[in-house]
Amino acid sequence: MKNNLCNCNCTSDRKEQFKDLQPVLDQYAHVPGSLITILQKAQDIYGYLSVDCINHISEVTGIKPAKIYGVATFYAQFRLQPVGKHLIMLCQGTACHVNGSEIIEEAISDFLNIKDGETTEDGLFTLNNVACLGCCSLAPVMMIRSSEGDETYGNLTKDSVKQILADIQKREKGV
Amino acid sequence: MKVVVGQGSCGIATGAKKTAAEFERLIAEKNLDVKVDVTGCVGTCYLEPIVDIYDDNGEMTRYVKVKPEKVEAIVESHLVNHNKYEEQAITAEDEQFVAKQQRVVLRNCGVINPENIEEYIEVGGYKAIEKVLTSMTADEVIEEIKISGLRGRGGAGFPTWFKWDAAKNNKGKEKYLVCNADEGDPGAFMDRSVLEGDPHSLIEGMIIAGYAMGAGEGIIYCRAEYPLAIKRLEIAMAQAREKGYLGKNIFGSGFDFEMRIKAGAGAFVCGEETALIASLEGERGMPRLKPPFPAAKGYWQQPTNINNVETLANVPWIIYNGGAAFGAMGTQQSKGTKVFALAGKIKKGGLVEVPMGLTLRDVIFGIGGGIKNDKKFKAVQMGGPSGGCIPAELIDTPVTYEDINKTGAIVGSGGMIVMDEDTCMVDMARYFLNFTRDESCGKCNYCRIGTKRMLEILERITRGEGKDGDIELLEELAMKIKDGSLCGLGQTAPNPVLTTIKYFRNEYEDHIYNKKCTAKSCKALIRFDITDKCIGCTLCSKKCPVGAITGAVKGQHAIDQEKCIRCGRCLETCKFGAIEKN
Repeated sequence: MKNNLCNCNCTSDRKEQFKDLQPVLDQYAHVPGSLITILQKAQDIYGYLSVDCINHISEVTGIKPAKIYGVATFYAQFRLQPVGKHLIMLCQGTACHVNGSEIIEEAISDFLNIKDGETTEDGLFTLNNVACLGCCSLAPVMMIRSSEGDETYGNLTKDSVKQILADIQKREKGV
Repeated sequence: MKVVVGQGSCGIATGAKKTAAEFERLIAEKNLDVKVDVTGCVGTCYLEPIVDIYDDNGEMTRYVKVKPEKVEAIVESHLVNHNKYEEQAITAEDEQFVAKQQRVVLRNCGVINPENIEEYIEVGGYKAIEKVLTSMTADEVIEEIKISGLRGRGGAGFPTWFKWDAAKNNKGKEKYLVCNADEGDPGAFMDRSVLEGDPHSLIEGMIIAGYAMGAGEGIIYCRAEYPLAIKRLEIAMAQAREKGYLGKNIFGSGFDFEMRIKAGAGAFVCGEETALIASLEGERGMPRLKPPFPAAKGYWQQPTNINNVETLANVPWIIYNGGAAFGAMGTQQSKGTKVFALAGKIKKGGLVEVPMGLTLRDVIFGIGGGIKNDKKFKAVQMGGPSGGCIPAELIDTPVTYEDINKTGAIVGSGGMIVMDEDTCMVDMARYFLNFTRDESCGKCNYCRIGTKRMLEILERITRGEGKDGDIELLEELAMKIKDGSLCGLGQTAPNPVLTTIKYFRNEYEDHIYNKKCTAKSCKALIRFDITDKCIGCTLCSKKCPVGAITGAVKGQHAIDQEKCIRCGRCLETCKFGAIEKN
């Protein structure tokens, strides 16, 4: 494996490393106001925004890394750390709060032994508290994002949430 | 015959996709001549998944809570034998949820297939833009909106015609129309429903608005948390382009209009106009001083008009039916209808569109069916983090911009979170302050640091460590944050605290002086006790995660309060009602 974790200007390596992002950069690098779009697409491809990725975007677009970092940390959507295979987005909207989303969070934390923002050791799950998912009538709600798409689960209880997670675990370990 | 399965995000969350797949499987298996179609959310979220079956004579039967395992019975009874399957059919009472409403914005939600432009056209879609482009001047369009009395549905309630007129009169190289679809209020989902259920009405509204102000480009700034909305908008835009409603020389009028979607990246403050524009330009979404207003200098320093989804979705109806028809609904100052998202401790949660001026009682009890499990109604929260809690004694307040403002809350974007006797109002204030503290962009000191300090005080109170003077300190800080903040986020952030102090001061005092949580919800201030109803079945002691419950078999058990973490598992477990929460 090439040693490309450095912060020097070895752009040729990075270009190879981030070749999947190239079409996005070709399209948007020089369109003003496209930084957020580029970061969103980069995160879609790689799952998170690494330091290398930010430096690469900086080199191609000419936007300073500090500014990219500033934008990436401003918005809730961007992550600077890799996430698990299944991203649990637990709704913390008002309706979910009133209907006991804290109890659901405790149940998930208990079952997977992770807190908000953390990833399980086996890399299967990351737990993220999010603002409203907009399914307020089904509160409490969570959305689980994986390569298979987004799945929303409503009317959660302590037991149902554990069952959902256990089913995913079983499926993953069975394959 | 046609089977239509409601597939908004909420329907899908309850398994509507599996229900639709099951219908398809069985219809194919039985070789029936029935089509399975999609529609958006009809608004009766508590009945999802919802399936409508249209007979050949056009008659519709609605089935509710159709889990996949219920499909076979419906197929057998209705599709094969042509008999209504009563067991899953909607009850007359539940039918009232929609029947009692007056739908303008939601007119097509849950009726048409949002992914098929033909169905929108069939119900009169794109007729308004045709009327505008073939027979009206820009001034006439603005006049019609003025007659309708339409006000911004995003929260501020500013007259829509005035904004359009200002943008029209400002000169610029380019002009932009932006639709704010960054529905950030936790507890509000009206816009999501329109975007998912009737995207064409928004597109048509935007073309009309673009024509009125002379904008050539429309941008929809949509939340990234709404992937289905973005997908359906993209489909709708492509179809509109193909039909010639978007693009060059629409209806041969010489008017060109293009549209695109920009996905937001998750920041509540981007609901503020100038922050939204900064975000569109790829920057951190931080508000700036006004004036200049966006109508003069907005996106890329050009005249820009920003309207909310619901506002724009009203526009085609107003143009088609006339401003006077819209203005005839509602009250003198607050005209037309408004969509509310009813959620929280409510029996029938969902979307409710009613003429302005109905009372809170009409909406919560008349349509929403009252409080879950028949508990006592305590308050309703309106306006999200910028709004406030309206107590039970004000339930006969009419829902208009003016009357709700008088209570200290705001109509806002339309979220209505209902609370019962188990909801702690101090905890509610803490919840909202935690939200605004998190979402403050950090530009103004008072908003950045003040919300943090207020939150710390509230956290202390809910932990049972409140002290004399805390309430006054909260009030003082609240006024300073209001005065010292540049944008609406900071100016309104203290509202949830101020309204709860105003109406529920006794709860604050209970926490601080009596170390008691009135609603028995703050963990630090409650305790569990075992009464003499205990028969000594030992189940609770087995379930207790920290081994705090001891006692002999067939003898009354006891809880070690030192060890107890107040998780409440014993209370849930006990079959004899022997555990008391105090």
